[in-house]
Amino acid sequence: MSELKVNTRLLRKILVGFIREEVRKVGLNQTVLGLSGGIDSALVAALAAEALGPENVHACIMPYRSSNPESEAHARLLAGELGIDLKLIEITPMVDAYFNIFPDADNMRRGNKMARERMTILYDHSAAYPALVLGTSNKTELLLGYGTLYGDMASALNPIGDIYKSQVWQLSEEMRVPRVIIDKKPSADLWAGQTDEQELGFTYREVDDLLYHLVDLRYSRGELAHHGFAPEFIDLIYAKVQNSHFKRRLPIIAKVSQRTIDRDFRYSRDWGK
Amino acid sequence: MDFTVALAQIKPKLGCVADNLELVESAVEKGIKERAGVVIFPELALTGYFLKDLVPEVALSIDSPEIARLLALSRYISIAVGFVEVTADYRFYNAALYLEEGEIRHRHRKVYLPTYGLFDEQRYMARGLRLRSFDTRFGRMGILICEDMWHLSASYILAIDGATTIICLSSSPGRGIMDEEDLGSTSAWQKLNATTAMFLNSRVLYCNRVGYEDGVNFWGGSEAVGPNGEVIARANILDEDFVLAEIEEGALRRERIFSPLMRDESISITLRELQRIENERGRLCRSLR
Repeated sequence: MSELKVNTRLLRKILVGFIREEVRKVGLNQTVLGLSGGIDSALVAALAAEALGPENVHACIMPYRSSNPESEAHARLLAGELGIDLKLIEITPMVDAYFNIFPDADNMRRGNKMARERMTILYDHSAAYPALVLGTSNKTELLLGYGTLYGDMASALNPIGDIYKSQVWQLSEEMRVPRVIIDKKPSADLWAGQTDEQELGFTYREVDDLLYHLVDLRYSRGELAHHGFAPEFIDLIYAKVQNSHFKRRLPIIAKVSQRTIDRDFRYSRDWGK
Repeated sequence: MDFTVALAQIKPKLGCVADNLELVESAVEKGIKERAGVVIFPELALTGYFLKDLVPEVALSIDSPEIARLLALSRYISIAVGFVEVTADYRFYNAALYLEEGEIRHRHRKVYLPTYGLFDEQRYMARGLRLRSFDTRFGRMGILICEDMWHLSASYILAIDGATTIICLSSSPGRGIMDEEDLGSTSAWQKLNATTAMFLNSRVLYCNRVGYEDGVNFWGGSEAVGPNGEVIARANILDEDFVLAEIEEGALRRERIFSPLMRDESISITLRELQRIENERGRLCRSLR
């Protein structure tokens, strides 16, 4: 954990600058994001409010009927403290209408559908305001594939995708995210009482420590074991990273021409910006 | 002689040569107004950094109107600036020019094009083949571009070739957030600049850019380092800046008296040993064939 400790003042400056510049580069000044009541979206909202001014940050809370009411209360608390506007959009009618056709769908399908329903709402608001959609997936979730492709993983800009959950906690302290949001157990809020760590089977601090050594420091398997990580834990996490890699890439394109998008037609997204 | 250097820590727009030329020209004007003798810009100041397939689109030949405009300004202030150079045989170089008194005093083409980690330069650009020092009205200088500086041999050759001032144009991405005051890339560069200055009894004038390209930040922190390794002036971290540093001839003279490392350096021992190493490697390669 000590190795994951960061200079939060410097990190704040980099991420606030990132939002400000990357939003303004495309000729916009506003952002929209989904607030779940959890720490990741709370942190992104706080960074965006500092970058662009609270009047330029639009938040949506999009609960389903099984969502914990505490989540909405926490989202309202945060929006109030930051002075950003918060819109409540229930997704129950849309999601239920769909699953009336497929009543046997399991929790995973339902959770994914909810995440994608929220994505369509955010992108609709992106066009309505106009505003860029901010992503709220952290590096831990992205590496583990613990998110819905084209759902909560979809965004125009992600300020926190290169920082681990352990670092999200630290930066949230620096940004003065309300204590109750920092201290509560992380949850995808898909069903009552769910917590991420229970579902994953390990704690964020444990997995962040491993991922940091595996990904950032490029420790070999032998070095990881020597460092004290259990071999079965290493295997489990390595497999999760590998098996979720498709979620971190654009769809692959069958190459037939001389110049194929993203293979030999390569430009930065900030081309001309 | 004593002179003032201006470090123009700008934020170029990716692939927008006309906009960046304006940015450069206005910093040049500022340098003239501030009575600086030389103004230094970052690597690829006229184009931005993560160009990829844009390289051929933004490349300029050495006799382009854009370079001519800067040449005209160099009658009033010396200018070191980075751009993409295209040659008559259509090679593209990550290059820098030193313009002075209306002339191109020196052209450096980046020798060490990093192609690892987040870098991909050699995929798009040709490698420079020369490391040469050159005379200016402020004494003999050498130019390196970013990664060149990390190769000891590059700055060493320039110093042996008589440079007492090493200009380094940079587009260094900020990375390595830790529980330290600075980013890993910042503290690494600060060590490198100070050490290079000390080892070579030379000044280091380092200009880095700022801004973001596709989420990558450039951390700035341009600095002028004296020949004893002490920082004379340093620009903001992560923000645009324009810093003036007074370069004092006496400091160079005194350092070279206190610590005559360059005087005592033996070219012949270095050459002989390098030749031996190359011969041995050659023999090894032939025996493996």
